[in-house]
Amino acid sequence: MSAHHLSDQALFAEGLFSPELPTAETLALRDGRGHPAGRRFSVYRNNVASSLTEALEQTFPTVLKLLGEENFRAIAGIFLRREPPRSPILARYGAGFGNFLDEFEPLAHLPYLGDVARLDRALVTAYHAADATPLRAEDLAAIPPDDLPALRLALAPACQVLVSRWPLFGIWQFNQSDDAPQPPGVAQSVLVTRPEFDPIARLLPPGGAAFLAALDKGQPLGVAADTAAEADPDFDLPALLGQLLSDGALLHAPPEETP
Amino acid sequence: MQTALPHAPGLPHAPGIGYKPQHYGALMEGATSTDGPVGWLEIHAENYMGAGGRPLAQLRHLSERFPISVHGVGLSIGGDAPLDDNHLARLRHLCDWLSPASFSEHLAWSTHDGAFLNDLLPLPYTDATLTRVCDHIDRVQEALGRPMLLENPSSYLAFAESTWDEPAFLAEIARRTGCGLLLDVNNVFVSAVNLGFAPQAYIDAFALDRVGEIHLGGHDEEADDHGAPLLIDSHGREVADPVWALLDHTLRRAGPRPVLIEWDNDVPAFPILEAEAARASRALAALEPVSA
Repeated sequence: MSAHHLSDQALFAEGLFSPELPTAETLALRDGRGHPAGRRFSVYRNNVASSLTEALEQTFPTVLKLLGEENFRAIAGIFLRREPPRSPILARYGAGFGNFLDEFEPLAHLPYLGDVARLDRALVTAYHAADATPLRAEDLAAIPPDDLPALRLALAPACQVLVSRWPLFGIWQFNQSDDAPQPPGVAQSVLVTRPEFDPIARLLPPGGAAFLAALDKGQPLGVAADTAAEADPDFDLPALLGQLLSDGALLHAPPEETP
Repeated sequence: MQTALPHAPGLPHAPGIGYKPQHYGALMEGATSTDGPVGWLEIHAENYMGAGGRPLAQLRHLSERFPISVHGVGLSIGGDAPLDDNHLARLRHLCDWLSPASFSEHLAWSTHDGAFLNDLLPLPYTDATLTRVCDHIDRVQEALGRPMLLENPSSYLAFAESTWDEPAFLAEIARRTGCGLLLDVNNVFVSAVNLGFAPQAYIDAFALDRVGEIHLGGHDEEADDHGAPLLIDSHGREVADPVWALLDHTLRRAGPRPVLIEWDNDVPAFPILEAEAARASRALAALEPVSA
């Protein structure tokens, strides 16, 4: 066996992604009656490419809508050869799709596409995220006002913040319904959260992303609010807290571990 | 390995359907859900490996009403690399949580060099494959603490190097590992047309005493380079009439078994699936009563 010898499964797998290779001949594949298998091997090629393309279509519906089916399938075909799934859990497939789109030269005229892909995928990830009992407005109201600045909160497991240089929320919304407004010409950050079972995307107000990043780092409420106000003087803590609580986005932080 | 009968006390000898989330309401709320022909449900394991959310919540409710079969499509039991320990642990977690009536997987491979190819890829039936597959099944049964069922594939081609025929190969795996078998009658028909053998003879050679579950599904018809019919196991339509006839043949020889309707693509409205289950129910009812 030479150092260059590939196992039969390695050759078979290589052939699935390389239509120009004579895999059926190399592996002596037959039709059952002793004849060469010929294009019967293509059944597997087609199954692999079409099923993985379909998985990407399901995870990235907004990218699909922006590109159209024909373009999406052509691009998915390139991506799935470069980055096939690393797990049999297909809901996880596509972690690198946003970065791939960022760097894919023919799509340089759609520079926001990578952010849209990351938002699509955050919604899928949120759908499968762990359940948690969110903090309610009543819970917060029961805390003495003097204790609020030191309160530590955490983001629910389904939450993800997407910071974008583009009007990400507007672009996403514009592709969800026919009567949505044109995206504005400003940068927008988006929160993905899951009130019960259905993930939602919310436009974050000024300072919102900085506030959530501070909470996520374990900063107490008072420090996080100061950080957000420094990031944007228009930061409105009561309004954002009300929205986050009604969207089920906040939890009591787990007790700090004592060293 | 213990060799408890793989179909007892697991799934009922009744029709089941491959569960699709769009049928949740019909199954849980419909008056038909308990009186109708659907006696159990099968899920694809890999769709229920998230941390939480609706999929697991719905599965919990369904499992209170129906026996559940967990059907894996991603373990790559025929792969030439060792089994994925992480995936095995996820399967164990799911089975521990759900206590399903059955766990099954495929005589196929789907992962190579860490890449999941999302198809059930074929194996040459050689002594080397036999040893590897049996080692992997031993590991699965040990990890899950239960016997599994192994499903026959649908074939589009054959390997010149194969030295076993498929029924003998599967019977030998079952004998060595104590696993049961999942007999997909549509796969037998698809392979028989594609590779040119008699489907009844395949059934007659099959280790029917090891069969814990039967699968039925729809196929598409294409043609190969020579114009010969090439059937594709597409699971996107009704079960074909010759496959129903092959089911009758199988049940007459094997006795009653749990029979699953698989419909994974272009999923129809629930009543259409229910009608397929009702047809399977009639096939089971047509059997002579078996004395206990």
